[in-house]
Amino acid sequence: MSAMPDQGRLLLDGELNIYTVAEMKPRVLELLATSDAPCLDLSGVTELDTAGLQLLILLQREAERAGKRLRCLDPSPEVESVLRLCSLAERFTDTPGATA
Amino acid sequence: MSLDSAKQTFIDESRELLAAMEDALLTLETVPGDPDAINAVFRAMHTIKGAAGLFALDDIVSFTHVAESVMDRVRDGEVSVDEKLIALLLGCQDHIAELLYAVAQGAAQADPDLLAGGAMLTDGLCTYLDRPAPDEESAEAEDTARQAVGQTSENGESGVQSDAWHVSVRFDRDLLRHGFDPISFVRYLGTLGELLHVELVDDALPAAEEMDPESCYIGFEIRLSGALDKARIESAFEFVEDDCTLTILPPHSQVDAFIALIQELPEDDSRLGEMLLACGSLTERELEEGLRLQAAGAPDEPGHLPLGEILVGQERVEPVLIDAALEKQRRAREAKSREARAIRVDAAKLDELINLVGELVIAGASAEVIARGSRNRRLVEANASIVDLVGAIRDSALRLRMVEIGETFNRFRRVVRDVAQELGKEIDLVITGADTELDKSVVEQIGDPLMHLVRNAMDHGLESPDVRLAAGKPAKGTLRLNAYHESGSIVIEIADDGGGLDRARILAKAEARGLVQPGHAISEQEIDDLIFEPGFSTAEQVTNLSGRGVGMDVVRRNIEALRGSIALGSRPGLGTTVTIRLPLTLAIIDGFLVGAGDGAFVIPLDCVVECMKYDPRESAEQDYINLRGQVLPFLRLRSLFALEGAPPRRENIVVVNYAGQRIGLVVDRLLGECQTVIKPLGRLLSHLRGFFTGSTILGSGEIAMILDVQELIHAAVARDAAAHFSSSEPS
Repeated sequence: MSAMPDQGRLLLDGELNIYTVAEMKPRVLELLATSDAPCLDLSGVTELDTAGLQLLILLQREAERAGKRLRCLDPSPEVESVLRLCSLAERFTDTPGATA
Repeated sequence: MSLDSAKQTFIDESRELLAAMEDALLTLETVPGDPDAINAVFRAMHTIKGAAGLFALDDIVSFTHVAESVMDRVRDGEVSVDEKLIALLLGCQDHIAELLYAVAQGAAQADPDLLAGGAMLTDGLCTYLDRPAPDEESAEAEDTARQAVGQTSENGESGVQSDAWHVSVRFDRDLLRHGFDPISFVRYLGTLGELLHVELVDDALPAAEEMDPESCYIGFEIRLSGALDKARIESAFEFVEDDCTLTILPPHSQVDAFIALIQELPEDDSRLGEMLLACGSLTERELEEGLRLQAAGAPDEPGHLPLGEILVGQERVEPVLIDAALEKQRRAREAKSREARAIRVDAAKLDELINLVGELVIAGASAEVIARGSRNRRLVEANASIVDLVGAIRDSALRLRMVEIGETFNRFRRVVRDVAQELGKEIDLVITGADTELDKSVVEQIGDPLMHLVRNAMDHGLESPDVRLAAGKPAKGTLRLNAYHESGSIVIEIADDGGGLDRARILAKAEARGLVQPGHAISEQEIDDLIFEPGFSTAEQVTNLSGRGVGMDVVRRNIEALRGSIALGSRPGLGTTVTIRLPLTLAIIDGFLVGAGDGAFVIPLDCVVECMKYDPRESAEQDYINLRGQVLPFLRLRSLFALEGAPPRRENIVVVNYAGQRIGLVVDRLLGECQTVIKPLGRLLSHLRGFFTGSTILGSGEIAMILDVQELIHAAVARDAAAHFSSSEPS
């Protein structure tokens, strides 16, 4: 999984699962720390398992705590399927440009 | 592993499960509600069904499925265990055994008769499936309970509205590390039924600094509908049983069940209530009422009524709800006991190991001799510790072959039950000494003779209830199986409190057959022993079981082939006891080495009582000495084996014992203890079997013969009897 930061926007590309979460955790947290309007582009996520989902949930919660709003954009079909399964679709989908 | 060997393992393990199932069913006869026994039967059916599915053995799968469903209802308390059910299940167990046998034989298609028998059993089982759960009683009990708490709930009689299953699961931290993915379980549930709602519980997720991305902090509250049963839902989580806390609430469960769940789960109560609402498993009204009921119960403890009191009388509440923590403990315990169970070892490999250990013992002994000769102290010490270790390995290896006789004894529980029913007799089987160990190969061969003796006791020994009552005995007869160790042997007793042997009849038959001369003086014990003669049976009716007259002599031959002995004691009107003695180990023994003439002989150490100097002047003409006031007959090895040369000036007597009988053996030299590996005599020397149980190679390279103490004692007794006889015959 690679992540390309771009002014507060992190593009996640590849698998977000048990194998990659350890590496990704500091990077997504860094995104949160360095940006006021952190944005996660989920279009490139090819696989999302529980570990990956957990990380997303953590990030969202940390964002709330920091008073920031995390935006998750363009979830790939895999991501959408997992979110739908766990009744989390609303919590995580966001369309670019939409306001709170 | 090839398919064939996998299948063989399946068959072996299934047979073990069937044995456990039989045991459990017999327990349920006396304790119908025993939860461990019920679980054992369920587990047997469940596991065999699953494994049979892997091999596409459809007949077994469909048959066990019915039994499993019935047992599931029993587990849930919807069906209670009665005699008819036990008989049915015992029949099922037999049927499955036959199906397994057919598989083992490689039968392509099931025998139609077999299938027909199975169909009958299935029909019988189905009546238990169709039986309704005890609804009415539980509804009444609920009302009483509610009135006692001063509340009536409109939902009380039929449970919550939700007609779907509620599944609550919390996963352990290490679940992800073990390679599992909770989302995949939820997906799988979605294939079993319809996921009406899935609520992810992330309350346990810590702050970012503490959160370990590879740990699992989540759980789920799930509402699931479909044609399901609890077992199927549980099976979805089978592989992670130990790594999660699972609670399943069936449709229309009691509100209190949900309240209990809320209280047990770690999250905040109101959070949980919200989640259950979100799932749709509870309506707002139900939740409010339930919490109110709960709070009203104990005025001095606001909001907390002991769960037990709420749940009393609600027979519909699943046991799993009582305490999720206890459930987890139980699973942990079961998992531990699963791990503690033995591993399977190929018997041939074990024999190979013991053979090698035997060679090691011999090699160690010869090294010891050389070391001593070298007079190198450090070498001697080093060698001594090697010999010690070899001895420990030897003991350990031999113990591997030892199995408890309890397993064999337990097989008879079923036999006794069935035969007692057949004969219309009441028989109690009492087993003691079940943990007495004996060699595996002996255990295998002792089964058939024991079976015959047990059947004899039931058929001929124990009387029918009216005869017993008329004789002033309790109507129920007792059959005792006992086992214990004694002087290097294992002793097995089969005793009954029946009528004992009918000596008059035995004598009459013996005379008719010409075995005994009429009018000849014969002792009671000798009459009893006549039943060991071939073709001897005085049973008036040749029953299904015994009485064909092929019995006791074959039994004795089988036991003697194991280097054992069998003896019988009978008291008229009181009962009969059969005593079997068998050697403990067949491969390596501790021995006591003695020399006579040029040769060395080994006496099994367990048989040696004491040694002392022998003074030939004391017993020049006679073959016995006075040992502390008792007569001790003795044998001179020199004369017995016609050894050449003159005896030394100082001879020794070794007092040996077997089965309570003692004699002395006069030898030249006492050479101390030794470990020996028994080498069988082989064909060339088998005619010597009389006094030797085998030979062995000493450290010096010499060969020593191992003495058969039992035979020597027989010889001494026979010699004395002959002497007595000849001296008492009218000349």
